[in-house]
Amino acid sequence: MSADTTRWSAQVEVLLRSGIADPQGATIERALPALGFAGVDGVRTGKSFRFDLTAVDEASALAQATEVADRLLANPVIEESTVVVVPATDA
Amino acid sequence: MATRVGVVLFPGTNCEHDAIEAVERLGAEAELVWHGATTASGYDALILPGGFAHGDYLRPGAIARFSPVMGAVAEFAASGGPVVGICNGFQVLTEAGLLPGALQKNRGLRFLCTTVLLRVETGATALTEGVAVGTEVAIPINHFEGNYTCDAETLARLRDEDRVVLRYVDNPNGSVDDIAGVCNEGRNVVGLMPHPERACDPLLGSEDGIVLLAALLRSASSAVGV
Repeated sequence: MSADTTRWSAQVEVLLRSGIADPQGATIERALPALGFAGVDGVRTGKSFRFDLTAVDEASALAQATEVADRLLANPVIEESTVVVVPATDA
Repeated sequence: MATRVGVVLFPGTNCEHDAIEAVERLGAEAELVWHGATTASGYDALILPGGFAHGDYLRPGAIARFSPVMGAVAEFAASGGPVVGICNGFQVLTEAGLLPGALQKNRGLRFLCTTVLLRVETGATALTEGVAVGTEVAIPINHFEGNYTCDAETLARLRDEDRVVLRYVDNPNGSVDDIAGVCNEGRNVVGLMPHPERACDPLLGSEDGIVLLAALLRSASSAVGV
């Protein structure tokens, strides 16, 4: 493995917890039939974050990114997050 | 000696002078406490006023929670000092974990700016000390994210422990159980979405905010261990 593997790219998706009303998602869903999309449902809105970090291995990178998501990016009272890390690619 | 009130100022706070004016008219001394301060000693009460702390980036209160002053606010609260978060201040206190629950976007996605009727649900908190249960007050709201939410277990606890401080008479924003304000276990930390500081003069359409702020000053003068 190259030295690049010590840099990781994290992708965090934050969505409202199921059961928490998502008025933006509901509004988008109601607008879709006007565009001709029938039968689209389950629209949820959320936020997406990208950042790079240094870690010795994937497990450690995932642990760090998950902590960032849990402590700052998502409010666990109403939101849940999904975290993915991949080796960073040089620009 | 006059009661001393610290009004916490984050970058983006915009109701701090209203809060100072309101409590000074009730005979207190008030001054601003910058968010970079690491101590809040010397005050009898703290107010976290409304606005858009740190631009409300990420979520209202999400960044403010990490301002240095929040450590001092938590210490002040832990020692029994009265702390009131109004609107954005309420959002900051929930993000900081000093109050349960969260404020999400209003039902209907409307920014709400109107005067609403509130019912005082307990007379034993820093903001309602000595106020009769059932007292109704007309206080303005001014928010987009004021829809109080919490899980069923938390709601049951809030009810069982009589920690719902204020309820909307006519729920404007979808808040669970019509909740407009809650307190912590110690009853000395209170958060509410409505703005009592904007209802302290007949010219503003209501003087009912005085009922709550006068109660805060009573709590402040009787708080021990601060």
